[in-house]
Amino acid sequence: MDLLKLSLSETAEKVRKGEIKAVDVTKAYLERSKSLNKELNAYISFNEKALIAAEKVDQMVANKKDPGLLAGCPIAIKDLLCTKDLASTAGSKVLKNFIPPYSATVVERLEAQGAVILGKTNLDEFAMGSSNETSAFGSVKNPWDVTRVPGGSSGGSAAAVAAKMGLGAIATDTGGSIRQPANFCGIVGIKPTYGRVSRYGIVSYASSLDQAGPMGVTVEDTALILESISGHDPRDSTTSQKKVPQWAKNLKGDLRGVVVGKPKEYFEKEIDSEVQKIIDESFEILKSQGATIKDVTLPTAPYAISIYYLVAPSEASSNLARYDGVRYGHRAESKNIEELYMKSRAEGFGREVKRRIMLGTFALSSGYYDAYYIKACKARRLLLQDFMKAFQGCDFMLSPVTTTAAFKIGGRIKDPLAMYLNDVFTTPTNLAGLPGMSVPAGFTKEGLPVGVQLTAPHFEEQRILNAAQVIEKHTNKEKRKPNVY
Amino acid sequence: MKKEELRHIATLARLEMEDEELELFSEQLSQIIQYFGELKKLDTEGVEPLVTPTEIEYWMREDVVHDSLSTEDVLRNAPDKRGHLFKVPPVV
Repeated sequence: MDLLKLSLSETAEKVRKGEIKAVDVTKAYLERSKSLNKELNAYISFNEKALIAAEKVDQMVANKKDPGLLAGCPIAIKDLLCTKDLASTAGSKVLKNFIPPYSATVVERLEAQGAVILGKTNLDEFAMGSSNETSAFGSVKNPWDVTRVPGGSSGGSAAAVAAKMGLGAIATDTGGSIRQPANFCGIVGIKPTYGRVSRYGIVSYASSLDQAGPMGVTVEDTALILESISGHDPRDSTTSQKKVPQWAKNLKGDLRGVVVGKPKEYFEKEIDSEVQKIIDESFEILKSQGATIKDVTLPTAPYAISIYYLVAPSEASSNLARYDGVRYGHRAESKNIEELYMKSRAEGFGREVKRRIMLGTFALSSGYYDAYYIKACKARRLLLQDFMKAFQGCDFMLSPVTTTAAFKIGGRIKDPLAMYLNDVFTTPTNLAGLPGMSVPAGFTKEGLPVGVQLTAPHFEEQRILNAAQVIEKHTNKEKRKPNVY
Repeated sequence: MKKEELRHIATLARLEMEDEELELFSEQLSQIIQYFGELKKLDTEGVEPLVTPTEIEYWMREDVVHDSLSTEDVLRNAPDKRGHLFKVPPVV
C-alpha cells in the first residue's frame, strides 16, 4: 500500500485499527519532505524526535488504547508556534537559536490526538508579510510554479500541504495569512472565529487579530484538525467557553434555504477575469444545491486596509517590545543598556518588521494616537456593525480571497503599499473576528490554483464548512497535482 | 514623515537606524501614512473604539498555586546569566 496516497482521515483510521504503523507513515513523509525541501524550502527544521512520537502512537494501538483523531498523522507546524525542545524561530534572526521550554496549547492538543509533529515550517518574519519573502531563512516556492510565491505569511505550511510534505499543517492568520497562501497553493485553509483556538505559546503579532488554524487537502480533513485544536484554554483568557462542535461528522451538502451573501464592495475592486469566472462558477454551484444568492453591503470594508495597517502594527510594536536581548533572543555587543536594546533589535529584525514597528510606534505616539490608532479602532467597530447587519440577511458570504492568482517571486516586495493592498479581501474578517476559510475552486489557464473565500458570523464555522465541501465536490474532478509530485 | 520625526520614532521603538534606512523609511512610511488619510472620510462621531472583536467572556478561577516554569527552564535561552539571574550591561 502506498502510504502517501492515503488521506488524513484514512491514515488515522488505519493506524487506529493497526492496519498500518505510524512509524512507517512518518518515515515515508520524512523522506519525501526532506527531499522536496531542497527545492521548496517549506520547512525551516525537521523534528528529529518524530519517529519516537510515532512509536508511542503504535504502542498505544498495541495496548488497545485509542491514540486519537489524528493517530499517526504527520502534521507541519508554522515556526511561529512554540514546540518544546524544538527550535522555534518565528522566521527571524532574533529567535534563530531559541529553544522553547514549553509547547503551544495547539501543539499539545495535536499530540494528545496522536498527531506526529514532522517539523517547523517557513514563514514571513514574525508573520508579517503576504509572500513568504521576508523570512530570515529564505523564500518558499509555490509547488505549482516554483517561480511564484506560495503566499504568506504561512507560505511554508501551505507549500508543505500542497506538495504532500505532511498530511496537514497548522498556520496562523492575522490579516489573511492562512487563507491567502491556502488560496495560492490550492488547498483548504481555515481561520476560526477569534477566541476559538488558544494563542498560548504562539509568538504574538497582533493580539486582537491573531488566530491559529488548520490547512489540509480536503474540507473534512481540515475540519478534523480544527476540532483537535479548538476549545477553551485557561492559559488564554480570550478563548471562548463555547463547546466545540463535531464539524467533520456534521458536514452536510443540502443547501436548501441557505442564503449566500455577495458583498457588493468586494466586487467593486479590480479582480482578474479568470478569478472572477471561478467565483461566478462557485455561486452557481451553491445555487445548484439549493442556496439563494443575495447582494449585501459592507460600506466600511473599502477602508479595511487602512484600519488593519494601523491596528496590527500598533499591537505589533507593543508585542515585539519584548525582544530586547535581555532574557532570550539575539543580543548585540553593547556597552550599556541603551545600546543593548537599540543594537540587538536593529541587528535582529528584518526590514518589514522594522517598518511595521515604526508604523505602530508612530500611530500610538503622542499627538497622533487619536487621529490614527483610535480612529482606526472606531472604524473597526463600524466594520463589525456592517457585518452584523449584513448577516441578518444571509447565512455566510462568498468572495474572492485575492484579486489574482499567485504572483512571481520578487514581483511585489519592493513596494510595501502594493504588497499591503493584497490583503483587501482578507483583513475585514480578522478585524471583525469572524471565521473565514479558503477552499480550492479552480485553476487559471496557466495552471495556477484559485480558491474562494467563505466568511460566516461568529462561531458559525459549520455553515462555511458545509458550503466549502459542496464546492470541493463539484470542482476537483480532475484531481490535478503540482509538478513536484 | 521627515527624517527628524522618524529618528524620534526610532528612538521610542529602541531601533538603531542608519541614515540610508531612515531615508528609505521616510519615503515609504510617508506614502503609507498618506494612504491612511482616507479614514478622515469616515464619520466616527460617538463611536466607541473596538479592540476585542468578539464578546469577552469573563470567568474566574480558584486562587490555587500551580507549578510554572523552573528557573532552569526560564534561564535556558539567556544570552548571559549568573546564578539564577539574567546578566546585562551597565544600566546606570
